[in-house]
Amino acid sequence: MSVVGTSVARKDGIGKATGAAKYADDLSIPGMLFGRTVRSTIPCGRVKRIRYDFDTTGFTIVDRRDIPLDGRNVVALIEDDQPFLVERDVRHVAEPIVLLAHADREKLLAADVIIEYEVEPPVFDPEASTESLKTLTIDKGHLDAGFAQADVIVEGTYRTGHQEHVYIEPNGVIAVPEDGGIAIFGSIQCPFYVVKALKSLLGPKAHVRVVQTETGGGFGGKEEYPSMIAGHATLLALKAGLPVKIVYDRTEDMIATTKRHPSIVRHRTGVKRDGTLVAMDVEVILDGGAYITLSPVVLSRGCIHAAGPYRCDNVRIRGRAMLTNTPPNGAFRGFGAPQTIFAIEAHMDRIAEALGVDPVTIRERNALVPGDTTATGQRLTADCSALPVLREAVERTDFRRKREALRGTNRGIGLSLFYHGSGFTGSGELRLASKAALELTDHGVRILVSSTEIGQGTRTMHAQIVAETLGIPYEDVDVAQPDTTLVPDSGPTVASRTCMVVGRILQRCAEDLKRRLGDLTPAEYYRAHGPFTIVREHEPPGWIQWDDETYTGDAYATYAWGCDVVEVELDADTCEVRPLHLTAVQEVGKAIHPALARGQIEGGSAQGIGYAIVEHVAMRDGVMANASLTNYTIPTTLDTPAMDIVLLENPYEDGPFGAKGLGELPMDGPAPAVINALRHLGVDLSEIPATPERVMSACGSR
Amino acid sequence: MRLTLNGAVTDVEAAPGRRLLDVLREECGLTGTKEGCGEGECGACTVLMNGQLVVSCLVPFAQAEGAEIRTIEGVGDHALQQHFMSEAGAQCGICTPGMVMTASTLSRDATLEDIRIALAGNLCRCTGYEAIYRAIQRARAATSA
Ligand code: FES
Ligand code: FES
Repeated sequence: MSVVGTSVARKDGIGKATGAAKYADDLSIPGMLFGRTVRSTIPCGRVKRIRYDFDTTGFTIVDRRDIPLDGRNVVALIEDDQPFLVERDVRHVAEPIVLLAHADREKLLAADVIIEYEVEPPVFDPEASTESLKTLTIDKGHLDAGFAQADVIVEGTYRTGHQEHVYIEPNGVIAVPEDGGIAIFGSIQCPFYVVKALKSLLGPKAHVRVVQTETGGGFGGKEEYPSMIAGHATLLALKAGLPVKIVYDRTEDMIATTKRHPSIVRHRTGVKRDGTLVAMDVEVILDGGAYITLSPVVLSRGCIHAAGPYRCDNVRIRGRAMLTNTPPNGAFRGFGAPQTIFAIEAHMDRIAEALGVDPVTIRERNALVPGDTTATGQRLTADCSALPVLREAVERTDFRRKREALRGTNRGIGLSLFYHGSGFTGSGELRLASKAALELTDHGVRILVSSTEIGQGTRTMHAQIVAETLGIPYEDVDVAQPDTTLVPDSGPTVASRTCMVVGRILQRCAEDLKRRLGDLTPAEYYRAHGPFTIVREHEPPGWIQWDDETYTGDAYATYAWGCDVVEVELDADTCEVRPLHLTAVQEVGKAIHPALARGQIEGGSAQGIGYAIVEHVAMRDGVMANASLTNYTIPTTLDTPAMDIVLLENPYEDGPFGAKGLGELPMDGPAPAVINALRHLGVDLSEIPATPERVMSACGSR
Repeated sequence: MRLTLNGAVTDVEAAPGRRLLDVLREECGLTGTKEGCGEGECGACTVLMNGQLVVSCLVPFAQAEGAEIRTIEGVGDHALQQHFMSEAGAQCGICTPGMVMTASTLSRDATLEDIRIALAGNLCRCTGYEAIYRAIQRARAATSA
C-alpha cells in the first residue's frame, strides 16, 4: 500500500463541497453580541477626547482602561510595541481606540463615537523615515576586490507595492467567557500566537483556549492579526459577560489589517564579460508600517533571498525595515522573498541585456549547483535544483525559439529563476521546539497538531504521512480540530514548514507508535490496552549552524526551487498587460499529494500574477483608498493565464518522504517573469504592479 | 413572507429591506451561502432565484417574495460536488458554494472558455481556478457519459 504520492480525497472535501463546513461567521452562540472597533482617522497624533454621541443603554463599551490589572496593553509578538487599544498616541489610520458591543447590529453600526485629536505630521515614505524597525547586513567575501575584477557594472532600482491578501473570508472571531477566562473560536492561522497575545492581555494565569474554525484562506494574513481581533472580542466578552462576535467587512479588513511590505531594492552588480557574477551589492528597504510586528523576520527572509539562486563570491546585502505612519505590514506568502526575488530577477535580465546574452545563458552561468555557497555561506548539497528547473522550463516552453519568434509582435516572454528556504530561518526551528502527537482511537489514530488547515491541505497531507508510516488505511487516520487545550504547540502554520517540519515530527510519532504496536493494528491495540498517546518534539538536523549576529551559516535546512516562464500580451491602445500563459516548474522534494501540491502552485502563481499586474493598493494619506473588491482587483477567471505546472522531485533527506516546503515558493516567480516579458517587448519597467499608467509612461520613454 | 426554499414552501419573517444573504444565513440557518465582500464582486453569496444566478448580498429580501430560491444546501448536483472534492477544486472552500451554484447552471457541452466566462464573477484566491475547471469538466464529462 502506498498513499504518499497519491491524490486521495481531501479530509475536508465533503464539508466544503456541500457548504456544511463551519467558518467563524457561521457560528452563533445564544446570547451573543456583535462587536465593533472604533478606529483612528488620523495617521499620527494624539487622542484628546472621546465622546459617545448616542444612547449607550444596551451597549458594552471598552477602552484601554478596561484592560485587566494583571494584563498588559500589548499584542505580544516579537517585540512588545503594539497596543490592543490606543493609549494616547496614534501611529496610523485605523488604529483601534474604542470597542463597542450590542445585540443589535444596526444599533451597533449607527452608534456615533466622536474622537478629537491633536494632529502631528506623519511620515509615509520609508526612505524619509528616520526610525528603523530593524537593520541587518550579510557580508561575504570582499566587495571591492569583486568589483575590481568586473568588466561591467550594472545598477538598478526596483520597487514593489503593498499587496492585500484578499482571503475571501475576512478576519473574524467569537470570544466566549469560559472558566473565568476566555475561549476564542476563529479564523486563525496560528492558534498559539493568539494564546500568547491573550496571556499578555489578561495576565499569565488567565484561562485561555483558542480553537480554529474552518478558515477561508490565510496566506499569512491570519498569522499575526487574529491576535488583535481576538483581544478585542475578549475584552468585550469579559466586560459584557456574554459571547461576542467580531467579523470584519471587506472594507474594514482591507483598511485595518496587514499587507505585504512595499519594498525598494537597489542592486549594483559586477560581472565579467563571460557573464560570471563577481560582486553583488544589494540594499533592501522595506516599509514596515507603524509597529514592529513581524517586520524584522520579513526583512531577514527578504535579505537572505536577495542575491537570488546564484553563485557569487563577493556579496553585501544591507537591509532595513523603516517605520511609517501606515498600518503595520505583515506576513504574506513568501515573507519578504517575493520582493527581493522580483528585484534580482528583473536585474538579471538587465545584466543579460548589458552583456548581450539571453536570459537563459546568464542564469545557466551563475545558477547555484551542489557544492556552491549562498550569500550567507551555506554550502548546498545534492538537493539543490536550480539548473534542473531552469533547463526543464526552457526546454518545455522552447523558450529561446519562442523569444525569437515573438520579436516584433505585441507579445513578450520572460522567465524567472528562484528558490525559497523551507521552515524557519537559521536556528528558528530549534528555538520553536515544535511538538506533534498521535493518539489511538477505536478505529485507528488521531493526529494532534496545532498546524491549521487554511486550504493548503494540512489535514490530508498529514494523514497521508501518518497512514503511510503506520501502514494503515488513510481513512483510519483522523485529524483533531486545533484546540490549544487539546493539541500540542506545533509552531505556527507559516514559512512552508507544515509539511516538512510538522509532517516530519508526525512521521517520527508514527514510527514510534509502530514499534509499540508490534503486530497489532492501532484499533486492536486500543481494544487490548486502552488509550495511548505519543508526543514527539522536532529534531532539526544537527549540521545546521547559524549565527544571528553575523547572518552567516545555514539559513534554511533546505530550499525548494522554481523556474517560471510567462507569456504576456500588451494592448497597444490601453497599455493593459494580459498574461496569456504561465509555465511553472517547481522542485518540491516530494509531492506527498500531487493534486494539492499542484493546487498550491496554481494558486500561488495566480497570486503572483495579480501582484505583478493588477493588484494595486492606492495609499492616500496613510490609508488604503481603494479598500473594496470593486476597486482593488484580484485575478478573475478571465485574467488568470492558462497554466502548465511541472513538479520535480529531488528529495530533502530530513523531510518526510523527502518533502520540502512548497507553499510560498510559487509566489516568488511570476512577478519578475512578467516584468521580464515586458522587457522583451521593449517596455523597461522596474516597478510592480505593471498598471496601464506605469506601462504607458515606460512606453513613452522608450 | 412565503418563498420556496430548496424545494420546500417556507414562511420566513424578516424585514423586507434585509439582504437575502442575511435572511438565508441567520433566519433560515443556511450558512453554506457565504459573504466575501457584500458588494456583488466576489460571488461567494451566489444562489439561484427562479433559476437565475443572483448575488444574494445585493438582493433585498422583499424581492424574494414568492420566488424559488436554491442554495448550496439544496443544489443536489452531486456529480459536480463530488468532482470539486476529488479534483481539489476546493482549497479553503469559502468560494466553493458560490462556484458550485454558478457551475450548476452550465450546460453539459460547456467548453473551457464557456466555463471561464461563466465563473468570471466568482473570485477564488486559493486555486488559480485551474482545479475548478478540472472539477467542472470532469463532472460534465461524467454526467454526459
Ligand atoms: S458577498 Fe455577495 S458578491 Fe461578495
Ligand atoms: S478555495 Fe479558497 S477562495 Fe476558493
